[in-house]
Amino acid sequence: MISLAGEPKTAAVTAHARGQETTGTTTVKRGFAHMLKHGVVMDVTTVEQAQIAEEAGAVSVMVLDKLPYDIRQQGGVARTASLRVIEEILDHVTIPVMAKCRIGHSYEAKVLQETGVDMIDESEVLTPADEERFIWKWDFTTPFVSGCKDLGEALRRITEGASMIRTKGEPGTGNVAEAVKHVRILNKEVRGVRGTYESGDTQELLRLSRELKVPFELVEETGRLGRLPVVNFAAGGIATPADAALMMTLGCDGVFVGSGVFKAEDPRERARSIVVAVTYHDDPKVVAEAQKMIDERKSMMGTTDSLRMQERGVNV
Amino acid sequence: MLGLQGDVEEHLSATQTALSRLGREGEPTLVKSVEDVRRVSALIVPGGESTVMGGLSSVKGIIPALRERISGGLPTLGTCAGMIVLARKAPDRVVGETNQIVLGALDISVERNSFGRQRESFEAELRLELPGGERFRGVFIRAPAVKSMGPGVKELARLGEKVVAVQQGRIVGTAFHPELSESTLVHEYLIKLATGQPERA
Repeated sequence: MISLAGEPKTAAVTAHARGQETTGTTTVKRGFAHMLKHGVVMDVTTVEQAQIAEEAGAVSVMVLDKLPYDIRQQGGVARTASLRVIEEILDHVTIPVMAKCRIGHSYEAKVLQETGVDMIDESEVLTPADEERFIWKWDFTTPFVSGCKDLGEALRRITEGASMIRTKGEPGTGNVAEAVKHVRILNKEVRGVRGTYESGDTQELLRLSRELKVPFELVEETGRLGRLPVVNFAAGGIATPADAALMMTLGCDGVFVGSGVFKAEDPRERARSIVVAVTYHDDPKVVAEAQKMIDERKSMMGTTDSLRMQERGVNV
Repeated sequence: MLGLQGDVEEHLSATQTALSRLGREGEPTLVKSVEDVRRVSALIVPGGESTVMGGLSSVKGIIPALRERISGGLPTLGTCAGMIVLARKAPDRVVGETNQIVLGALDISVERNSFGRQRESFEAELRLELPGGERFRGVFIRAPAVKSMGPGVKELARLGEKVVAVQQGRIVGTAFHPELSESTLVHEYLIKLATGQPERA
């Protein structure tokens, strides 16, 4: 069963009856994310890259104009990818296709929905378009994934209609440390809410919901489930099979790999090895075999520049 | 539960609920190796991406073991991508024939993404030819549909022109996701197949 926590009354408005069939329901949107579990979503910029990702076993591809590493290098404004490239990719792979839009840019999102992408990432990797608001994601039939650094951000994005959550990490750096940090913070906060829920201290749950600026219902549901009420992936800085396996052992439902595959010199082997490591993260022997498929000298260089993409977007 | 990729935990919990509703004992477990395949008394191939599951099943060489057990009468349920993995053929609606790995256990040809992309995903009331299945709310996510089926395959549900659930002996395939519905009757039926007490609708 899919948790429907946080669904506003207006969500019924965005679900469309089509004969006996109803599209755009919360179950269908959140359910889509459930099908990605134990999988790897890979950033791609071309049809060729999308096909390499599909052959390697990616559960979905995320289309960008530039990989996060290149966005860091080139600077300037980063926007959603060319619709023609997205359409070409939609026509050439059988797995789901996602694309990023700018934070708060409802119209880039509308355009992506028209194109027919399967999920939209309202992403801090692109230059934010609204300094005060995120997109009201309940208005869309297409599900959204959103980034978070902690429980408050995750539940606020779910309140706005996100059907899936990922950690922000620090994209394009090749450094997994920030993603680890964000998952650890999230886990610790969820454990806290779980403890409070089990102790029956409703007033403390209410205080927490005020502190996190989210509806009480979502805090209560997090406590009841002992996890986020939607699927939660790791993202931001994952570059090797061992990185991916580490994120899975920390309790993530799957991983996004951004620059890690196609900024490496061995993208095919790298993509395949990360897929294997995610599925068999509980078996170090298999992860070691996966790690042997790649060569550290071919890993992305990584960067230590000071741009903090994770701080983008309004903090409410 | 084939535990390579997909909504494995949702199936675990649906099976757990089905067991307790039937008052049966049982231990839902993950299948990721040949030893796991040999141990189980029923199998569920979950929803997810069929290409991914097919590719991953070669890592530990579990494909021959799966084929052997399923053809030997192992009660098996495949939902959505799981039904695709069990099928004989699975061309994509847009891309057409691909070289993806399928088990060929169910004598059906399945069209992948038959209803369209995610924005076309939907919920619908179905009449499912299983005990208690008169009104079943099906959750269809980028769902496939059965295009053609062999003589030994029985239709269990259809939506308009499309066949969306089938049974062949002890194998059940659904285009929708019973693990995401409130009703656990499909899981209960699998348990009854495994414990030798199936009653037909």
